[in-house]
Amino acid sequence: MIHINVERKMLTSDGERKLDIAVDIPKHSFTCVCGNSGCGKTSLLRMIAGLMKPDSGKIVVGDNVVYDLSKKINLPPQKRHIGFMFQDYALFPNMTVQQNIAFAQSYDKDPALIERLTATFGLDMLRKQKTYKLSGGQKQRVALARALASKPQILLLDEPLSAIDEELRTALQDEISKAHRLFSATTLMVSHDKAEVARMATHILYIGKEKIRSLQNQLTIDNG
Amino acid sequence: MDDDFIGTLFLTGKLAAATTASLLLIGLPVAYALAYTRFRAKGIFEALICMPMVLPPTVIGYYLLVAFSPQNAFGAFLENTFDLRLAFSFRGIWIASIIAGLPFMIQPLQNGLMALPDSYREAAYTLGKSETVTFFRVLLPNIKPSVITGIAFTFAHCIGEFGIVLMVGGNIPNETRIASIAIYDEVQTLNYDVAHKYSLILFLISFVLLTVIYSINKSFKLNSLT
Repeated sequence: MIHINVERKMLTSDGERKLDIAVDIPKHSFTCVCGNSGCGKTSLLRMIAGLMKPDSGKIVVGDNVVYDLSKKINLPPQKRHIGFMFQDYALFPNMTVQQNIAFAQSYDKDPALIERLTATFGLDMLRKQKTYKLSGGQKQRVALARALASKPQILLLDEPLSAIDEELRTALQDEISKAHRLFSATTLMVSHDKAEVARMATHILYIGKEKIRSLQNQLTIDNG
Repeated sequence: MDDDFIGTLFLTGKLAAATTASLLLIGLPVAYALAYTRFRAKGIFEALICMPMVLPPTVIGYYLLVAFSPQNAFGAFLENTFDLRLAFSFRGIWIASIIAGLPFMIQPLQNGLMALPDSYREAAYTLGKSETVTFFRVLLPNIKPSVITGIAFTFAHCIGEFGIVLMVGGNIPNETRIASIAIYDEVQTLNYDVAHKYSLILFLISFVLLTVIYSINKSFKLNSLT
């Protein structure tokens, strides 16, 4: 389970507002984070990952307190054991597909897992290819494989399908769901697409203007 | 070619190589700090680093000569404590060249780092990598054109350095007399043939270096696009 209880001031196009979230994300759930642009979806993922500091509150992953202002705990991203997939994929252009995935594993090498990941995501033929030569869909698969290569407890996906065309989107949604099940991860995915949320989510975290105190089990939001 | 001519060219190359190597070691951490950290005095640091680009080299040369003089506190300290005299010595012109070359190395490196998406660093951190590993395995390989530009510009600039070296080092054969000073000296004594030889060599070295920079950067850009 991920216990999130955070507050952070945010500057939006409508002026300053406060992101105030206190929810528990169940273990092994697939939670879609929804809401209008600029509402704080990406910020929430970045706070869980340790890439952004909340103004106050606490984040606990399993039994591990990763952030607690009152106890001055703020673990760096390196110690949070999360897999983060960025909107722009953030693949390293100097490395091949294989090297990008293997880069996640320097301390605890598991070549069998890399084999499994490249096979699962259909990357066998692209292993030696530099990542800047790949298509959008291929980049997405490499980014997903790399995020999973360090065997993270939590998988954070920041609008992974926003730059993908409709046809490929469905296939990649299936791959993300497959990865989620295969690695028994607790997944949070930012999404704007209602059909995508309905198809993939077991829980929904809708960020509106109000304080957030619970998850939803189905999409009932009109403007999400 | 006489020994003096060869010696001067060798000294010029030695000074440029030593300056470039030193500036690469100094420039990488400084450029990293300037690209990724925010502190109050950052603008002052950046201005100081750029000063050699806008100031006449003789101004910096003059201040360094005053500082290195054993009659002043810093120079006297170096001489009394380390038995080191920097004025009119190779070490002195080496330090002066490092100061004069700061913007030519640091600016390309800093611009290269700032042009990379933040997500590269953040992705490496979420994959458990330290700042050092991230720098050497992810950031540095992806700013290769900037590194090559910094090295080549620093080397080429150092080869052409005149005012600051003349002020700090004078014109001592095999110690501080580099090619650009030798050209001036030969012209003063009407040895146009020797001046021409030095000039042609400096012209060719600078031309080859700049051609290499532009060719490498062009091929890097093409590779990134295809």
